[in-house]
Amino acid sequence: MEYFLQQLINGLTLGSIYGLIAIGYTMVYGIIGMINFAHGDVFMVGGFVALIAFLALVAIGVTAVPLALFLVLLIAMGLTALYGWTVERFAYRPLRHSYRLAPLISAIGMSIILQNYVQIAQGARVKPLPPLVTGGHTLIASEAFVVQLSNIQIIVVATTLALLAAFTWLVAKTRLGRDMRACEQDLKMASLLGVDIDRTISLTFVIGAALASVAGIMYLLYYGVIDFFIGFVAGVKAFTAAVLGGIGSLPGAMLGGMLIGLIETFWSAYFSIEYKDVAAFSILIIVLIFLPTGILGRPEVEKV
Amino acid sequence: MTAASNPILTVERLSMRFGGLIAVDELSFAARRGHITALIGPNGAGKTTVFNCITGFYKPSTGMIRLSHTDGRAYLLERLLNYRVAKVARVARTFQNIRLFPGMTALENLVVAQHNVLMTASGFTFAGLFGLKSWHLAERAALDKARYWLDRTALLQRADDPAGALAYGEQRRLEIARAMCTEPVLLCLDEPAAGLNARESAELNELLQFIRTEHGTSILLIEHDMSVVMEISDHIVVLDYGVKIADGTPEAIRNDPKVIAAYLGVEDEEVEQVEAEVGL
Amino acid sequence: MTQQAAPHARSQPLQAALKDAGLSALIAFGLFFFLIGLRTEQGPTGALEITTRLPQLAMLVGAVFAGSLARGLLFGRDAIGIGRFIPPALVQAATRIGRFAGPALLGFALLVPWLFYDNRYLLDLGILVLTYVMLGWGLNIVVGLAGLLDLGYVAFYAVGAYSYALLATHFELSFWICLPLAGILSAFWGILLGFPVLRLRGDYLAIVTLAFGEIIRLVLLNWQSLTGGPNGISSIPRPSFFGLPFVDDEGSFASTFGLEYSPTHRVVFLFYLILALALVTNWVTIRLRRLPIGRAWEAMREDEIACRSLGINTTTTKLTAFAMGAMFGGFAGSFFATRQGFISPESFTFGESALVLAIVVLGGMGSQIGVAIAAFVMIGGFELFRELDQYRMLVFGFAMVTIMIWRPRGLVATREPSIHLGERKAVGAAFVGQGQG
Repeated sequence: MEYFLQQLINGLTLGSIYGLIAIGYTMVYGIIGMINFAHGDVFMVGGFVALIAFLALVAIGVTAVPLALFLVLLIAMGLTALYGWTVERFAYRPLRHSYRLAPLISAIGMSIILQNYVQIAQGARVKPLPPLVTGGHTLIASEAFVVQLSNIQIIVVATTLALLAAFTWLVAKTRLGRDMRACEQDLKMASLLGVDIDRTISLTFVIGAALASVAGIMYLLYYGVIDFFIGFVAGVKAFTAAVLGGIGSLPGAMLGGMLIGLIETFWSAYFSIEYKDVAAFSILIIVLIFLPTGILGRPEVEKV
Repeated sequence: MTAASNPILTVERLSMRFGGLIAVDELSFAARRGHITALIGPNGAGKTTVFNCITGFYKPSTGMIRLSHTDGRAYLLERLLNYRVAKVARVARTFQNIRLFPGMTALENLVVAQHNVLMTASGFTFAGLFGLKSWHLAERAALDKARYWLDRTALLQRADDPAGALAYGEQRRLEIARAMCTEPVLLCLDEPAAGLNARESAELNELLQFIRTEHGTSILLIEHDMSVVMEISDHIVVLDYGVKIADGTPEAIRNDPKVIAAYLGVEDEEVEQVEAEVGL
Repeated sequence: MTQQAAPHARSQPLQAALKDAGLSALIAFGLFFFLIGLRTEQGPTGALEITTRLPQLAMLVGAVFAGSLARGLLFGRDAIGIGRFIPPALVQAATRIGRFAGPALLGFALLVPWLFYDNRYLLDLGILVLTYVMLGWGLNIVVGLAGLLDLGYVAFYAVGAYSYALLATHFELSFWICLPLAGILSAFWGILLGFPVLRLRGDYLAIVTLAFGEIIRLVLLNWQSLTGGPNGISSIPRPSFFGLPFVDDEGSFASTFGLEYSPTHRVVFLFYLILALALVTNWVTIRLRRLPIGRAWEAMREDEIACRSLGINTTTTKLTAFAMGAMFGGFAGSFFATRQGFISPESFTFGESALVLAIVVLGGMGSQIGVAIAAFVMIGGFELFRELDQYRMLVFGFAMVTIMIWRPRGLVATREPSIHLGERKAVGAAFVGQGQG
């Protein structure tokens, strides 16, 4: 039981990270119907920017961890958002009115660019970071197993929930959110009604990138290592999560993320760690066979 | 009842619900063999929904749709899988928003329509792959049929042009030609005259009557253009808000007050009466 | 695209260009400051140390500034007009030459072993290019003709390779028996994978096929007893010339034909083998396009609903497309296994699927010749820039993005009709659908 609880905690933490990345995928897909293949790598870039920013801050004397982390958060979110904007502006916007496969290939190319850019710029080796947020709480201490809830886990989940709440508010209550929803429904009509679709789409990418960078920071703090390849794996899983939850649905992305995190963790814990990814992908396939639009997705009636 | 007046299509208590919305409510009507039956009604009356149920694109919530061939075989269309309605029951259709294969030429569109016949003739591809004679003969026959229909719809010169490049009226005609290449017993046309001018509508009338007379195909037609409907229909069914409000010959429908009310709204005097009652 | 009213730009082009360039430089600074301006390296203690690389940063930002300025002055505030670099006359000439491209390339391919007999490196490169051409032609059936977005094509490549390897090493069957068996197994997998995904629309299909591809790779990686895990399968029998082995011995190929033994013989044989396999793929595809099944594939790509309304069973049509594509992928995989003598899951990553997909899309419009040229350019180009080492992939990525922006429909911009009454007229890219599936 204790073991189960621990895995539950671990799974939810991992799931939060996936969820934050998944939101980016689902938003972009919802608004322009495109799989942003480079999004996972934006997450990776966010992690790297955070790492380097942190080291730079330490080097210039900002050693108080909370302050440093706060600054890192701002810097990483801002700069990663810039990356997101740049990617959209140069690789996707020219192809917006083009055929469906074109932005996909462009996105794959962009993914290759980002991965290799970081690899060349920072080296291919794994970058470690000593744990910054330490300590935790013992929830249950039994003879069989000790259930720990570490501080970083609390921070990850809390940050995720806070961002999710903020973002849901943004989509529901603000002008930007309304514009986004309008574009999601009918892009052409929205533009005819005066919505600046270029700006709305750019902002969608920017916000998605910012959230991914937070995920990157969380990843860095939680696992203590980062390398240029994490983007691909996390990206595929996060996209899986977005699809699982119902692409285009914000709560769906988070739900999907949590599910994937839990499936991965539980499978590793109880069955085999090698096949954990297989489990996650298989669940995806099974769900899509029976629920073709995902769990919270809107079933689309084919207009004949 | 003679064989000629046997209904080819019997729709019985057809209902279609989308969640809480009832698009079609207990619709029953019959279309006679060799007749042109028109389904009319204001926008949103549920006509295309009925079509989609008949042609296998929607599964009706309740009801029965029965198609009977001259050889006595009958099919319950609501139970057939979508493509089988066309393949086995031989019901063809056109679409409100024209669904051609735009990247394929007009000729290719018509040859694709003969897919099932050609598939069998090509020995499920194997005979065709090795260039057997039977395949070449079948292909030639298919080309001839395509040529025939292109000629009948005045599209022969456009045979090798991409369907997407054809003019609007030409595209509508091509869709009908393509449907006819499947040799249907029932042809369902969804607003074939939409966007056509007077001359083109008259040509459409001729084409449909040609199809009915020379090929014996029964026609079921959704249309808003009354010049077409009144001119060629043998029988009209009127829908409003998913419910049948009239069913009869063109003359009967033309003068039916319920139909007039549905299209034109209620008479002015009645409106004044209602307002007086309410106290406005 | 919002094109802002530019009385400013018209009257003061230099000022506007400077402003744009300044903005670009600022963005570049933001992007590159941390990742290029600073470098993290593991120091002697194992912890990361930070060093500055400000000169490189300055150079890069400077280059962005200069480039943006040049663009602003030359083209004004408009979009990235890469296409304007290429004069239309050149494009027209290229199209006219394009008609001869097919036979010319084929002729060239046939002569390659004679032309480059002494250059083992080029022969190997040729084999590599032809392998990808075949993969591209195989995937073309699924993506180019049927319009089904398959992101897991590498799975069939892997199934073919491993099937061949296992059959050859365990049962010692000859290449010519294993090849069709591997193809059948791959086709079977194609149907198995295709079945659950039939109802899925566009991008869901994409992610599920990607998931399948990854699952196959992970299973191959972890099922050690069957596949040897990360060590793969080695000592796969090398091909023989219809029974005559390529060895320096009696009863070998060289001795039977009275030739001096040379290891190049086997390489040349492999070259013609993959060429033959690729040509078979090509021939089958061209013929299928003219048969009802091929037309049904293309019709499905254009409009699936219309297909159903014509009585076409789109389920079996999709499955056939998957199966055919899978089969050819399997053949290519078998060839790969016998050529290398050794296979491991490392060769079958998503990157391969992406690469083959890129080849198909860059080739354009389901065109056979387009795919061939795209494979030639991409794989050949990739090898040519071997000296660039790390930067190679980066350039590759840039090339992908640039080509898609320049020609989103691919190199070949027209579709050839499979049947015609009068004159055969090519269909322009604007009309051809890309598939919902």
